[in-house]
Amino acid sequence: MTAIAQRASGRRRRSGRPGIWARLSRNHLAVVGLGIVAGMCVLALMTPLLPLADPNATDLAARLKRPFTDGHLLGTDQLGRDMLSRILWGARVSIAVGAVATIVAATIGSLIGIVAGFYGRWLDNTLMRGVDMLMAFPYMLLALAIVAALGPGLLNALFAIAIVNIPFFARSVRGVTISLVRLEYVDAARMSGLGNGRILFSEILPNVVPVIVVTMSTTLGWMILETAGLSFLGLGAQPPQADLGSMLGDGRKLAITAPHVATIPGLVILVLVIGINLLGDGIRDVLDPRLKSGALSRPRAMTEVAPAAMSQPERSAHSNAALALDRLSTEFRIGHDVYHATRDISFQVAPGECVGIVGESGSGKSVTAMSVLGLVPTPPGLIAGGQVVYQEENLLAAPLPRLQQVRGGQIAYVFQDPLTTLNPLYTVGDQIAETVERHQGLSRRDAWQRAVELMESVHIPDAAGRARAYPHELSGGMRQRIVIAMALANDPDVIIADEPTTALDVTIQAQVLKLLDELRRKHNAALVFITHDFGVVSEICDHVQVMYAGEVVESGRVQDVFERPLHPYTRRLMSCIPQLGRGRNPIAAIPGLPPAVNDLPPGCPFAPRCDVATAACTPRPISLAPHGEGREVRCIRPGESPA
Amino acid sequence: MLVYAGKRLLMTIPVLLGISIIVFLIMAMIPGDPVTAILGSYATPENAERLRDQLGLDRPLVEQYLIWLGNVLQGEFGRSYNLNRPVIDEVLERFGPTLLLAGTSLILCTIFGLLAGVVQAVRQYGWQDKLISLLVLIGISTPSFWLGIVLVLLFAVELGWFPASGMFAIYGGGGLGDLLHHLALPAFTLAVVATGVIARLTRLNMLEVLRQDYVRTARAKGMGERTVIMKHAFKNAAVNVVPVIGVQAGFVIGGAVYIETVFQWPGIGRMLVTAISTRDVLLVQGGVMVVAAAYVLFNLIADLVQHALDPRIST
Repeated sequence: MTAIAQRASGRRRRSGRPGIWARLSRNHLAVVGLGIVAGMCVLALMTPLLPLADPNATDLAARLKRPFTDGHLLGTDQLGRDMLSRILWGARVSIAVGAVATIVAATIGSLIGIVAGFYGRWLDNTLMRGVDMLMAFPYMLLALAIVAALGPGLLNALFAIAIVNIPFFARSVRGVTISLVRLEYVDAARMSGLGNGRILFSEILPNVVPVIVVTMSTTLGWMILETAGLSFLGLGAQPPQADLGSMLGDGRKLAITAPHVATIPGLVILVLVIGINLLGDGIRDVLDPRLKSGALSRPRAMTEVAPAAMSQPERSAHSNAALALDRLSTEFRIGHDVYHATRDISFQVAPGECVGIVGESGSGKSVTAMSVLGLVPTPPGLIAGGQVVYQEENLLAAPLPRLQQVRGGQIAYVFQDPLTTLNPLYTVGDQIAETVERHQGLSRRDAWQRAVELMESVHIPDAAGRARAYPHELSGGMRQRIVIAMALANDPDVIIADEPTTALDVTIQAQVLKLLDELRRKHNAALVFITHDFGVVSEICDHVQVMYAGEVVESGRVQDVFERPLHPYTRRLMSCIPQLGRGRNPIAAIPGLPPAVNDLPPGCPFAPRCDVATAACTPRPISLAPHGEGREVRCIRPGESPA
Repeated sequence: MLVYAGKRLLMTIPVLLGISIIVFLIMAMIPGDPVTAILGSYATPENAERLRDQLGLDRPLVEQYLIWLGNVLQGEFGRSYNLNRPVIDEVLERFGPTLLLAGTSLILCTIFGLLAGVVQAVRQYGWQDKLISLLVLIGISTPSFWLGIVLVLLFAVELGWFPASGMFAIYGGGGLGDLLHHLALPAFTLAVVATGVIARLTRLNMLEVLRQDYVRTARAKGMGERTVIMKHAFKNAAVNVVPVIGVQAGFVIGGAVYIETVFQWPGIGRMLVTAISTRDVLLVQGGVMVVAAAYVLFNLIADLVQHALDPRIST
């Protein structure tokens, strides 16, 4: 499933990543922001050319005129000066000061960051400790202290604001520089005899620029707000010079009699900064992929199910099965592409039986497993058709509350990586106990007691003590036992284990396998075991389903399949098992890659990699056909070897 | 926990020393004769001579710093000649109101920011998400001094629901109810920007956390969505948001300067603005030093909270 998502993004990138401007222009909010900022800048630049009243011409007869009076679109201030003209001239000053402060901070900060990151050692230490000290101050307070020392004035305010923003540039630029310096091509440049200066300019600087631009786009808005703030306090622009902040500060004293004098300049600042922030967010999304995660979707509580998959099963169709999948198909819809992750998966598992699902990564094994209880993330997942029958009920049609009863109750999962699977912030005992509490309605105390018993049943020594441990305090094997104990908590009828041993050491793998086998026999639970390792299948499973590119290509009893694999893919997969005592048998990797599931060929998807393929394999789909007792295979030349 | 708190407390010592160096150096940036700047119109020859001796101005810079640091450690920040009282007395008297205002704002922005971010993440792309995103955008783009004026015009002047300024009513004020009544508007105004920042960050972290394997595990166990989100996802997101709340404390304390000016709140911010205008240098120095030290303490608390939430942080 992850493989599909990765391939999806990978494919799109290959098919021509659009340019920065194209991607920015696709973000409507960023375009609105760009419009506001560009409009304001054009107005500010053109102010001297516009037919405006003199911003400093006082006219005491026309004091405090309201907006929309004749000759004064935005009214006049306490000295009868035209507000529109003053605001445009003031905005000009505010934008210029904000922009210059940003450039000063960016230049000095980036220089510190590059030098610290590039030369490292004591220089890095000294510079960054200094930057840390600046960061240790409350933001505005340091600016105030600087203005206090230098004295009030617009230039000093600009200087103060620039200084307090230097750390933001220094830190982010240093981080990128350090990661660049460690890269091989910088080493290569150094080997080829380029001097440090040349490397800085030709290799480091071009790669640091996006980070500087992103930081500028986030800090520009603050810097305009803060310089306006200093002017508002009377510490920035001094009369007769005026920026938007000082106009607001002057207007405050008459806010009650003439609110427009103070409110309009503030509104202009607000709109300007909104524009800058919208544009900045857009630029950040385009240039800084790390922060893009906010644009990603969170998975819903259950997978979306198409109406086609909601039908109820016929009675007693799967009477002796603990769980039966019937033509289950799951898709991923990403943009306009549809990825057919699994198609028409059918199998059943009886109580006490173990069915193995085996295939390469990306073959649809995990998607099949997660579709059973609606755990495939939506978006982009969609269960498009089929049935999952448990006790004569199609679970795909079940509403969330019903599904939550079954999840962890009658059907339980064991996932692959026990470190990421467990919540790092809660004790393992708590995580087992909560599922007991949920499904058996036990008290906290009894649930904890039960959790300890469960941990003992999976052979964890000192279970009572370990229950109070956090996941990171336990070994990998121990964590996987916890996850298994969690699955057993409510005595499930079915356990679905998704590559439960892949993340573990070989010796621990054997222990975990033995444990699972022992438990399913003791509890008479049905076990669905997913793996890419045929060797593991042979150890624990009764039946096996071999999957390729989202389809079952062969199924049957493990013994039979092992003795005589029918599908060429199964044969190749089995030759990947290293065998003890067979000497240096060459382990054959399967050449080629599975097809992309959004672009499947009409015929057999394995044909391009197959050593017995003929012309008849490719024109039309090949169906899964019975072949001998209890076996099925999706191949027109079953059991044939290459000539 | 106690060991960690102790270690962390020791780590604040170099930070505080660094802050003191910067505060000292900034004051050394004052152009011209510092004694004239400090004394202003009180610069009689006797006064100037005494102060020059006190500050050790005829000695090297390092020695001057050590003299100053020694005084500061004894709570001796010098004297405000404008107010004719010791700097430390004035600073401590003004610090309480600022702490009350900034603390209240910090509580408000933490509650509303976290809440808004969680709602946004859970209802991603829904109308709640879009509405809150818009409010957050406006919030982080608003000049808080302007918002204060607008709120005064609306809620104090037009509607008369809240007082326009001050900390207590001049006649018959003084109770807790009166204080809260006066606190409401400035605390809200001050909280707006930080609320936006925290909401954004919470949303981002919640979306990230909701994609994690352990959230899938919680769902696979059959846990209800409320438990999945509030227990499994939120606590993990909060671990990343808490340090930023500590940083926001700095923005809130800094922003208090505007809000105190707009609402005539008798705090340290307004004191600083007046002191800068009247060139009362020692008062600025003392005020900045005390507030910066308090901010270091805020960050220490944020660190300890993060440590309490996350068992993986051990050193």
